[in-house]
Amino acid sequence: MLHIINKSPLSNNSLDSCLRLTSSGDLLLIEDAVYAAAKGNAMESKMIEAMKNMKVYVLLPDLEARGLADRVIEGVSKVDYGGFVDLVAASKNCQSWL
Amino acid sequence: MSDIKKFMFVNRKAPYGTIYALESLEVVLITAAFDQDVSLAFLDDGVYQLKKGQQTKGIETKNFSPTYRALEGYDIEKLYVEKESLEARGLTEDDLLVDVTVLSSKEMGTLMDEQDVVLSF
Repeated sequence: MLHIINKSPLSNNSLDSCLRLTSSGDLLLIEDAVYAAAKGNAMESKMIEAMKNMKVYVLLPDLEARGLADRVIEGVSKVDYGGFVDLVAASKNCQSWL
Repeated sequence: MSDIKKFMFVNRKAPYGTIYALESLEVVLITAAFDQDVSLAFLDDGVYQLKKGQQTKGIETKNFSPTYRALEGYDIEKLYVEKESLEARGLTEDDLLVDVTVLSSKEMGTLMDEQDVVLSF
């Protein structure tokens, strides 16, 4: 299953809830959720823990827009819009967390 | 009907503060008309939607909480509530206005994985 998050983990509990429920599948961070992929943020340890069982992706244009493309947590894969579509197409189901 | 899909509606917002809870209920009722396999999941502040004793006269808003009890009549009987979310809010199953199945976070995650379609509210 592909989980899509679009809110900053520091102001919204979507990512936290997603990680609480989920222990497998793929996670794609877009829009303000890309802050969760940045080294040194408060969610970093939870992200690293999650990456033991999940594959984590981040949307590069959103990272670049926020000046964070050079400080992504190791192991997080950057994807472009085409990659976003490929992920959705390859997943049996997906959830866009609100 | 042969083409039945598993739909899950994930409710994570408290009622009244935003329109999400009511809109979710509207879509759930529409889905019921199409004979699909419908589940409702309540987590985070979404568990407040099911709190007993809602009185909305003072805020001049429709109290839609009785509708959850009517879902059974539309063959929507799969209501799941996340245990951790209930506990974090000092609630127990007895505080809820309808019969539900309480699941752990991991059980809820597994159930989510099994769906064909997941809609968030």
